[in-house]
Amino acid sequence: MQKWLPRLLVMPSFISLLLWMIVPLSMTIYFSTIRYNLLYPGENNFVGGMNFEFFYTDDAFWPALFNTLTLVGLVLLLTVVSAIFIAVALDKPFRGRSIARVLLISPFFIMPTVNALIWKNMMMHPVYGVLAAIWTGFGLEPVDWLAQYPLGSIIIMLSWQWMPFALLIFITSLQSMDHEQKEAALLDGASGWQVFRYLTLPHLARPIAVVMMIETIFMLSVFAEIFVTTGGGPGYESTNLAFLIFAQALMQFDVGVASAGGLIAVILANIVAFFLIRAIGKNLVA
Amino acid sequence: MPFIRTFIAASVICSGTLSLSAFAATELTIATVNNGHMIEMQKLSKEFEKQNPDITLNWVTLEEGVLRQRVTTDIATKGGQFDVMTIGMYEAPIWGSKGWLNEIKTDAAYDANDILPAIRAGLSVDDKLFAVPFYGESSMVMYRKDLVSDAGMTLPDRASWGHIRDVAAAIHDPDNGVYGICLRGKPGWGDNMAFLTTMANSFGAQWFDSEWKPQLTSPEWQHAVSFYVDLLTQYGPPGSSSNSFNEILALFNEGKCGMWIDATIAASFITDPKQSKVADKVAFAQAPIAVTDRGSNWLWAWALAVPSATKNAEAAEKFVKWATSKDYIQLVAKHNGWANVPTGTRQSTYASDEFKAAAVFAEAELAAIESADPNNSTLNPTPYVGVQFAAIPEFQAIGVVAGQQVSSALAGKTSVEKALENANKSADREMRKSGYYK
Repeated sequence: MQKWLPRLLVMPSFISLLLWMIVPLSMTIYFSTIRYNLLYPGENNFVGGMNFEFFYTDDAFWPALFNTLTLVGLVLLLTVVSAIFIAVALDKPFRGRSIARVLLISPFFIMPTVNALIWKNMMMHPVYGVLAAIWTGFGLEPVDWLAQYPLGSIIIMLSWQWMPFALLIFITSLQSMDHEQKEAALLDGASGWQVFRYLTLPHLARPIAVVMMIETIFMLSVFAEIFVTTGGGPGYESTNLAFLIFAQALMQFDVGVASAGGLIAVILANIVAFFLIRAIGKNLVA
Repeated sequence: MPFIRTFIAASVICSGTLSLSAFAATELTIATVNNGHMIEMQKLSKEFEKQNPDITLNWVTLEEGVLRQRVTTDIATKGGQFDVMTIGMYEAPIWGSKGWLNEIKTDAAYDANDILPAIRAGLSVDDKLFAVPFYGESSMVMYRKDLVSDAGMTLPDRASWGHIRDVAAAIHDPDNGVYGICLRGKPGWGDNMAFLTTMANSFGAQWFDSEWKPQLTSPEWQHAVSFYVDLLTQYGPPGSSSNSFNEILALFNEGKCGMWIDATIAASFITDPKQSKVADKVAFAQAPIAVTDRGSNWLWAWALAVPSATKNAEAAEKFVKWATSKDYIQLVAKHNGWANVPTGTRQSTYASDEFKAAAVFAEAELAAIESADPNNSTLNPTPYVGVQFAAIPEFQAIGVVAGQQVSSALAGKTSVEKALENANKSADREMRKSGYYK
């Protein structure tokens, strides 16, 4: 009685969650093994691995894989590093600190598509963007960001949007830090850098791990910013796996190849997660 | 955040389905594009509901790309979500010949003979009409007559591309924020490739030869694309590789473009003093040519069609005929004035004196539409139909990749030669995958 009742009560939610995952996954696996092009209905014969072959022999596949990993890596680096320094700077009380905090955190509450449009039309536009105005102010030729540095521009947009998320978590975490310990260290003659290196950073280890996990999950599937600004171009320079799958499914209407791509992306995400958890897991134990 | 958004979306969908009323009236679900003319149709459809109290209309209004995805998936999976679909000249012949659309039977009152022949042909298969045109467009040169005459130049109809380059060079003045010529560069089969295909046509190029083999590496394509890249790099605004219709419209209205070759529909916006700073300084000319005038200006129509999966075929047909009738054009004129009626569909519109007085671009637009012929748009014979596209299911995939490659060449990332080679390779893959040839 004692033993099985709680399990029984958990069952409905457990089963519905399981179905929530299993049904779409098995349908995707099934679609990836048949010829399924929306423009040729009724011709759904079994083709085995042909869809996978078409997906990874696509000219865009390797660039997309590389771009996906570059995007995750650089956005993580930029957001985490800048958020740590800003969080430490905001930890000391100063006049107007609460306003500064709100302003710094606000970009996170802007929708991804809106964020992309703001950057595209108001900041990076080579004719009437803010950045172009600054460049011409210094007598320089304005940079055409989205054409010259498409992936870099998207990384800037994403970092601007996700730095506040990391900041939010780090600020909260710093509030629980032991100030007496910090004072004791300073009395013993530790420099500001040493306090940061040996007290603050270890204290932030766990939040950093959490931020990296969550951001990786979101950055692997970035889509809105690419769709709105560069459309994956020029060439394949800003195409990532998520966008490539979209292009296969909804620009070329080939559900079979897109499903195969989806499965390849799932496998990739698991590989990344595996290494990430191992790296971060060490941190958590320490 | 996303979880909350999904939850909200889900609850909205649930409440939406719950509020579907359960009375006996026929309910039509109409998918359409979010541009000005269609939004107006939505407002004016109250009149239709008044005339037909037994029919209620339910609108799904989407951005062009999204609409295309939604209606294509719906029609291909026989979803039956929509009773009326807004489709383009690309889809109509393909879907019509697959039996996915109901034929539209017209009568004397509707007067199908009044529809411009080029537009009608583009929406028919074997002389059967599968979609009725809501508005039609071609492409033409729109230019600043003040700048051109100050430079001591003229811009005739059907000027040579070389002349266009000379004019662009003469009026190019980036220090004062005026660029010689603005053209589409944003990747997409309906964006940069729509324009570039018309340009390539006039250079004597074509998408496929009579064996369906892609021809993108031909000297004609090389010539056309190199000319285009040089022209925009030297005399175009910065950031051309991310400009499409709307972006250039904003630039032109700000007075930053000397010339612009694009959809005739733009004429009504750039001559409208409410939104354009240069409304009184604009003139029009027919699209430029290189070695042939065939296919040098495109032909496009947004049309209404009835998918064969609908359960309300009769009411749907009634609606599409109402929205594309002469009476509807009169209705728009009455409510919003003649300058704002949907154009490019009926001869009777262009014959109307009120329309001619209200629209300065009427004559140039009609000439452009009448000179386009989807069945004969290249120098050498081709197996496909369409001016700025090839009406085959594979074309979207092929055009998207080609658009990406060309925009990459425009941004100076790859050479024109390499870009066309990549595009051709990808086109070849698609055609093989579909079994056009072994």
